[in-house]
Amino acid sequence: MKDILQKLEQRRDVARLGGGEKRIASQHAKGKLTARERIELLLDEGSFEEFDMFKAHRCTDFGMEKQQIAGDGVVTGWGTINGRMVYVFSQDFTVFGGSLSETHAEKICKIMDMAVQNGAPVIGLNDSGGARIQEGVASLAGYADVFQRNIMASGVVPQISVIMGPCAGGAVYSPAMTDFIFMVRDSSYMFVTGPDVVKTVTNEVVTAEELGGASTHTRKSSVADGAFDNDVEAMVEVRRLVDMLPLNNRAKSPVRPFFDDPGRPDHSLDTLIPDNPNTPYDMKELILKVADEADFYEIQADFAKNIITGFIRLEGRTIGVVANQPMVLAGCLDIDSSRKAARFVRFCDAFEIPILTFVDVPGFLPGTGQEHGGVIKHGAKLLFAYGEATVPKVTVITRKAYGGAYDVMASKHLRGDFNYAWPTAEIAVMGAKGAVEILYRSELNDPDKIAKRTQDYEDRFANPFVAAEKGFIDDVIMPHSTRKRVCRSFASLRNKKLENPWKKHDNIPL
Amino acid sequence: MFKKILIANRGEIACRVIKTAKKMGIKTVAIYSDADRNALHVRMADEAVHIGPSPANQSYIVIDKVMAAIKGSGAEAVHPGYGFLSENPKFAQALEAAGVAFVGPPVGAIEAMGDKITSKKLAQEAGVSTVPGYMGLIEDADEAVRIAGEVGYPVMIKASAGGGGKGMRIAWNDDECREGFQSSKNEAASSFGDDRIFIEKFVTQPRHIEIQVLSDSHGNGIYLGERECSIQRRNQKVIEEAPSPFLDEKTRRAMGEQAVALAQAVDYTSAGTVEFIVDGDKNFYFLEMNTRLQVEHPVTELITGVDLVEQMIRVANGEKLSIKQSDVKLNGWAIESRLYAEDPYRNFLPSIGRLTRYRPPEEIALADHVVRNDTGVFEGGEISMYYDPMIAKLCTWGPDRGTALEHMRNALDSFELEGIGHNLPFLSAVMDHPRFVSGDITTAFIAEEYPDGFEGVTLDQGNQQRVAAAVAAMFRVAEIRRSRVSGRMDNHERVVGSDWVVTLQGESFEVRIAADPKGSTVHFIDGTEMRVTSDWTPGDPLAVLDVAGEPLVLKVGKIAAGYRIRTRGADLKAYVRTPRQAELATLMLEKTPPDTSKMLLCPMPGLVVKIDVEEGDEVQEGQALCTIEAMKMENILRAERKGVVARITCEPGDSLAVDEVIMEFD
Repeated sequence: MKDILQKLEQRRDVARLGGGEKRIASQHAKGKLTARERIELLLDEGSFEEFDMFKAHRCTDFGMEKQQIAGDGVVTGWGTINGRMVYVFSQDFTVFGGSLSETHAEKICKIMDMAVQNGAPVIGLNDSGGARIQEGVASLAGYADVFQRNIMASGVVPQISVIMGPCAGGAVYSPAMTDFIFMVRDSSYMFVTGPDVVKTVTNEVVTAEELGGASTHTRKSSVADGAFDNDVEAMVEVRRLVDMLPLNNRAKSPVRPFFDDPGRPDHSLDTLIPDNPNTPYDMKELILKVADEADFYEIQADFAKNIITGFIRLEGRTIGVVANQPMVLAGCLDIDSSRKAARFVRFCDAFEIPILTFVDVPGFLPGTGQEHGGVIKHGAKLLFAYGEATVPKVTVITRKAYGGAYDVMASKHLRGDFNYAWPTAEIAVMGAKGAVEILYRSELNDPDKIAKRTQDYEDRFANPFVAAEKGFIDDVIMPHSTRKRVCRSFASLRNKKLENPWKKHDNIPL
Repeated sequence: MFKKILIANRGEIACRVIKTAKKMGIKTVAIYSDADRNALHVRMADEAVHIGPSPANQSYIVIDKVMAAIKGSGAEAVHPGYGFLSENPKFAQALEAAGVAFVGPPVGAIEAMGDKITSKKLAQEAGVSTVPGYMGLIEDADEAVRIAGEVGYPVMIKASAGGGGKGMRIAWNDDECREGFQSSKNEAASSFGDDRIFIEKFVTQPRHIEIQVLSDSHGNGIYLGERECSIQRRNQKVIEEAPSPFLDEKTRRAMGEQAVALAQAVDYTSAGTVEFIVDGDKNFYFLEMNTRLQVEHPVTELITGVDLVEQMIRVANGEKLSIKQSDVKLNGWAIESRLYAEDPYRNFLPSIGRLTRYRPPEEIALADHVVRNDTGVFEGGEISMYYDPMIAKLCTWGPDRGTALEHMRNALDSFELEGIGHNLPFLSAVMDHPRFVSGDITTAFIAEEYPDGFEGVTLDQGNQQRVAAAVAAMFRVAEIRRSRVSGRMDNHERVVGSDWVVTLQGESFEVRIAADPKGSTVHFIDGTEMRVTSDWTPGDPLAVLDVAGEPLVLKVGKIAAGYRIRTRGADLKAYVRTPRQAELATLMLEKTPPDTSKMLLCPMPGLVVKIDVEEGDEVQEGQALCTIEAMKMENILRAERKGVVARITCEPGDSLAVDEVIMEFD
């Protein structure tokens, strides 16, 4: 009997060693951790329950039958993050370079099926050279099986991908369909075709880092939602994000004990808006001062910085924040910022996370670049996302809310539950100067008259009260009481029920 | 007594004067420029009068505008504060003509002492010992070099109308003399509208010690002890204390009596300050007399119990001094730290912007512990580019120097200031500097002890371990809170462990934490045990703790996977990990920051005044590359090493932001 028990331990020890000491050492030399070490850091100590530790591939071509490593290049299972269940798969680069075989894919599919059935997030730690070439189409089929599950799980349980090594070719499309992608700086890259193919086809010479490193994907392509300096940091910060997300689309967002008075006034907000309407200010200050304990988990911090997206807590509960950033491009909406915010709003709506919107938007960015790039359809994405969202929506206009962009930014007309404005708000079709130039075209050569007209327009429209008189603004609030008013609004919406008409699905302008 | 007083100033000193006026039941009138529309002194005063655009030379120092404000408000007296019009005889004359009391000395005394050359002559005539130098005005750089040669290097080049370090340069050789003469002259012209320059010998190993005098219009004059102001950076005072750790009773009396004699020689009234340079043998030389309230007057108030502003107002009202020399007793020790909006990590360059967080320590007035903070700003206020970059004057008092210092360390640690660069870490560093603690200081202290600028503080082992204990205990509390999130699996919750590894300053501490309802006991692997108690809750940016029986105050910020901890001038990244996390963290590679060594970056927001080189020029280490004007100071940027200018990316007149590239080198 004892022998049998020992044998299990032996087999486990062998499996845990993955590709062996030498390959582990080489992984470590690159500053990368092994698949199991990453799981140890991601999950609560001792909480990991592994599946399919002994699973092996079935390939008999190219001598593969002689190379069998228990687990087949991916570690899968479930565990907890601060006591809340998550499913996890972690590709093992020390085993066949983490390449995806039919059986490797089966392991991933198994935990994804369980995650959907049991209502818990899936976290994928990607570190794979790509398809297992020896298996040919069986490997490709494996990818597709994973893709199909990503699609089915989308909007049911949160899916998080962390790219911790190579992720190339078809492999990129699984993370691409998850809710969040994070990368590790200098040790991860993602691309559909690598530098060699790029050179052959287009003659472009580019490094893997330039083509698909963390910097490229967080700043240029927006494929990634964030990047971390190393594996340890990445795992700690992913835990922090999971703490903010609901486990599934039927669960409420998590609540955590908090130490910040919901009624806390902040008088410095009364001077946040500069005297000069063309002077920028940092919208992040408002977000941090409204949030519990100034804790903000920003999503896509380095892309389309004219809009800010991320999670805060109010009274310990997760809230999604969308805010125009006057520091960048005056906070205008454009193709990139609309896409970024639309995707974020849809994630929040899918998982019942209430949305807080701070508005200071002068309009849409003009130009051929924007029009030819399809700003009409891309801008419509954000409009669509806000309009279809049924979660609690609270909006605060701090300064400008001009034109169509006013409508887009979670206005009353898009079923905003609470629409507030600061006394500094200007809700109008456009700025005074532009409006006067159109309305009084015949007087344009008389600067005195135009100045008078501009002043009249400002006096009449550069305030929140015209909108408040019409009921489009529920109340004009003091900046220093923003946290209190917003907290009370969301508190009153905790039992909000709103359903859209039945449909197979909508047809958002993709 | 006056019914209404106008304060012809702004910032902390205006607020300071308003406080005393309120105490005396006098109504107050503030004046303000565009930039000060929402300033604290405007909020505090009973009335406020707008006097023009933001630049001081279009508002605060325009006599006509101030006079109009006085007339319009019906103020019977004017307190000028310091700087601006405080030592302008024309202003005092205008007030006299208008029949408004000037809370300061008579015109004659201002004129006599206001000009540095005249005042030196007067002092010599009064038998006060003075520093050797050339008393005449200097026409051009060549003459400056010739005179400097005669007096002997090092020399001090000074603006005749100067003060506060503006228009002042030290030169050790002909090149520096030429350059210093020109920049002093420019600065003097733009700051004071008076570009007269003189030169005197620069006394080495000097201490700056000044005597506070107070005289009434009935011929009575007293001195209120001294202030040691040796901690200066580029002749700008940073830390002051009273009394001086250097003076004995005999020297104090000699200096005091000479100061009073000088004041009487010019029929001085009101509060004034006679500045001396004191050498290592306690020889003292007259430097200048400031015919106004000094910035650093609070330290004198704290050790004498005299409200100088009140005395000034009473004297201006024609009252006799109620204090005799024999009543003046120096009690305990007071220290003042000047908080400047200057970034110590960027060679103290001015920083402007919004004070996103401004929470000074609580003011305390106990028998053995006083904390006083004189300020003119508030959270959400703006530090503008138009005025002096001083944010606040933090003062502490204790029965002796050691206690006053300890109070100051904790007060600085508790001072929350965000949004702009500031010198808090530097002030903390000085408070812990062994040479400062010993009192063995000269005006060259900063230049000698921080020759390469300020690069932050490394905590000593004792403090490092105390911080480690505190951070471990705090982190555990935060982790327990995290483990109480909703949606947990019943009966399978996370158990937060007691073994942790704290990493800070590259040092790792293995600890075991035993927590109880009142606090935590942190056991270190070396056998040390520290008890940590605190009311801190997760997310609080300020942690006031008691660690091993001593107070410890930490500023706590979030960074990826860890904390940013600031205390005692140190700015640290702290990580608390399980032993397994710590083991794996050792496998992570060090990341090197991008190379900006081949670029000259603009260290502060400012205006390009002059570019001294052209593309293709070979420059030597220390050679001037360009001049940036910020906060009315001309800052010469120099080559850090030898190189060739490859590209110049701006031209004179450009406004640059922080870190904008000025030029690149090959």
